[in-house]
Amino acid sequence: MTALSINGKSYNVDAEADTPLLWVLRDTIGLTGTKYGCGIAQCGACTVHIDGVATRSCQVPVGTVGSKQIATIESLAQNGKLHPVQQAWLDLDVPQCGYCQSGMIMAAVSLLRQKPKPTDADIDAAMTNICRCGTYQRIRAAIHAAANA
Amino acid sequence: MTYMPKIDRRSFVLGGSAAGAGLTLGFRLPLGPDAARAEEGYPDEVNAWVVIKPDDTVVIRIAKSEMGQGTMTGLAQLVAEELGCDWSKVTVDFPTPGENVARKRVWGDFFTAGSQGIRSSNQLVRKGGAAARTMLIEAAAKAWNVPASECSAQNSVITHNPSGRKVTFGKVADAAAKLALPGDVPLKDPKTWTIAGKPLKRLDTPLKIVGKPIFGIDVRQPNMLYAAISACPVFGGKVKMYDESSVQDMPGVKRVVRVADNAVAVVADSWWRAKKALEAMPIIWDNGDNAKVSSATIAQFLKEGLDADQAFIGNKAGDVNAALAGAAKVVEATYSYQYQAHATMEPMNATALYTADSCRVWCPTQNGEAALAAASEASGLPVAKCEVYKTYLGGGFGRRGQTDYVRYAVAVAKAMPGTPIKLLWSREEDMTHDYYHPITQCRMRAGLDAKNNLIALHMRISGQSILATVFPARMDKDGRDPLVFQGLNPGGPEGTFGYNIPNLLIDHAMRNPSVPAGFWRGVNTNHNAIYVETFIDELAHTVGDDPLAFRLKYLKPKNAAVLKAVAEKAGYGTPAPQGIHRGLAQIMGFGSYVAGCAEISVNDGQLKIHRIVGGTNCGHAANPEQINRQIEGSFVYGLSAMLFGECTVRGGRIEQRNFDSYLVMRIDEMPKVETVVMPDGEFWGGVGEPTIAVAAPAVLNAVAAATGKRIRSFPLKDSDLRAT
Repeated sequence: MTALSINGKSYNVDAEADTPLLWVLRDTIGLTGTKYGCGIAQCGACTVHIDGVATRSCQVPVGTVGSKQIATIESLAQNGKLHPVQQAWLDLDVPQCGYCQSGMIMAAVSLLRQKPKPTDADIDAAMTNICRCGTYQRIRAAIHAAANA
Repeated sequence: MTYMPKIDRRSFVLGGSAAGAGLTLGFRLPLGPDAARAEEGYPDEVNAWVVIKPDDTVVIRIAKSEMGQGTMTGLAQLVAEELGCDWSKVTVDFPTPGENVARKRVWGDFFTAGSQGIRSSNQLVRKGGAAARTMLIEAAAKAWNVPASECSAQNSVITHNPSGRKVTFGKVADAAAKLALPGDVPLKDPKTWTIAGKPLKRLDTPLKIVGKPIFGIDVRQPNMLYAAISACPVFGGKVKMYDESSVQDMPGVKRVVRVADNAVAVVADSWWRAKKALEAMPIIWDNGDNAKVSSATIAQFLKEGLDADQAFIGNKAGDVNAALAGAAKVVEATYSYQYQAHATMEPMNATALYTADSCRVWCPTQNGEAALAAASEASGLPVAKCEVYKTYLGGGFGRRGQTDYVRYAVAVAKAMPGTPIKLLWSREEDMTHDYYHPITQCRMRAGLDAKNNLIALHMRISGQSILATVFPARMDKDGRDPLVFQGLNPGGPEGTFGYNIPNLLIDHAMRNPSVPAGFWRGVNTNHNAIYVETFIDELAHTVGDDPLAFRLKYLKPKNAAVLKAVAEKAGYGTPAPQGIHRGLAQIMGFGSYVAGCAEISVNDGQLKIHRIVGGTNCGHAANPEQINRQIEGSFVYGLSAMLFGECTVRGGRIEQRNFDSYLVMRIDEMPKVETVVMPDGEFWGGVGEPTIAVAAPAVLNAVAAATGKRIRSFPLKDSDLRAT
């Protein structure tokens, strides 16, 4: 059994040590907000926070997580109140199909922690997730809106 | 057009209740039939479109699939407008395909493709809303014992106008539901709309920013197992043998299932364990003859079509051969356009539960009724014993109009009766087993007279027919694929060729390689717009004319109007900033007139797309803000295709397997997109696809303005844009 701390809760999971964290979150624990898109850390749909930093969970073997704190999209809204990034996403109606947006939001939250007022170049460098519907323009605007909220 | 799945309606004897197990999105998770509701039937249903609860909540039932294009919200606005309800009380629900068939297709066609979602069903849904309003008013009028004609409905409140008496919808919904459906109720004049036509917020955004389990891949059922699949990488190949014993002791593995002639699946207690076992299991393929096919053999096959005698005619006027022979100048150019995968962010998946007398499938599909028919065929059970529960789609782009993933999921479930099976394709499986954007080549030949007038154009397309792969029955009797000529037709509401040229021939030499083709957002307008619009631009350059002025000489009025509007918004005709070059393009596709103006720079061979103004006359706008979104998003899809998108073939299989080799646009490449939405009220055009086609040619024409280089094969990443 592997002990994990996810969204402030403790879990003991039965999974081989090389199982990507993504699949433990989705299939073992049932936190399906974190998405599978490529399995090779290219698309960012599986982005979660590990000790506060945006990380692509498809490339994190669960055996390497240890006592680090994992946070998923499900943990962002607190007491029924959206996180400022989620609120900006809602205000600008960013998502289309929505499949990539959990990862986008997690990447944006991490970016804003590191750079509270990111420039367009900061956003270009940090937001390397893929969106096939093409919501990039609104993602950029929502990050700026959240930064100024 | 409508695509009807093969359904034997005579097999339907059931009432609405068993099939009525729907899902109310936003309130309930798409996890299966709601037993209570199935038993109750629809006590709150005013008619098929509208359910009103005692607390005044309005549930609008949406037949079309929601894959990000916003159709669900737009259709709900149209129903709510005619209903006269309070928009803040509106929620939505997807009726099931089984219920639609059982109720004599009361919701019409579920197929959500071809940018048809709103334009093809606006009359049906508006009439549904208007009928419900009429019934609610009638119920109130009866209770008050006054003529219905003295009552009106607004904001979910019915008012008896002479007395000022009021009642809310929720109070009379039950009585209204017992009334007979009214006859033809006149629809509101769009000029008076207060809900439809307004830039309202999407109804699905709240679900999509908190990670709700709304997608097919998120479906969970009690005791569910997971399946990973591998199909022969060579199209048309088969499974020869595999060694099940080598993986049966691996952790969590439950079974190995031969899914079809060409595919095998491993079932385990988690998808990762299933995938690991599948990768460990030796499989020997019988690749068949197609193993010899490569991109080079396909290119040669298509090249022969450019000079072939036999070709299907799409558009013809005058005598093009005589006019070309007599022209003062002939300009010629040859182009090619590549295979591409859809690469929806959510890979193909479906969850199926088979028992001896039922088969249920939960899946993201653009064609619920075809998925139902597929479930029936794969399970061997009559349609009446099958049901499909649609989820939200993590992208569709045409891929999810196919039902291969549904058939496979049912085949696995059938081998394990009573156990729900979630079949998920890996990204690699998804990318190498697609129905790809068709491959084509094209030769353009134009004749100019001594005064540089364009007097003749021969456009010869050689290449693949989508219908030949996916809907052969929809082809013309003589074998012609009419969809090849999207945007090139002599007339009709769908995609008329925009230019008046006295001697014209547009024809198609069909060449169908072994790689399956499918509908891919924009479909045939993607390459048709590149061929026509970059060649027209080249002709303007050849005669020394401004590209806008040259086009306007030949363009039909509606095409010209949107191009002019876009050019004006972009500042075309005023000097561009230093180093910035502009390019134009237009087309009519999916019933709408669209245009684009791109601003780009090229430095040391590096292309940067700074800005694109996109415009559409889509006739009517159910939600203009959604249209802005679709224009922005379509440009990303179209520019990804032009810049990077490419599936190459080697050994009969697709070489690109994931996003490390199949590149797509990311945020740093995103230009600023501005829009002109100019519906003229005269027709209903599509929105999701048309503008995709102008993104690439507008950029390519700007590249030619910047560098003098005419790019004629794609993707652009393979071209050298450095000065020579």
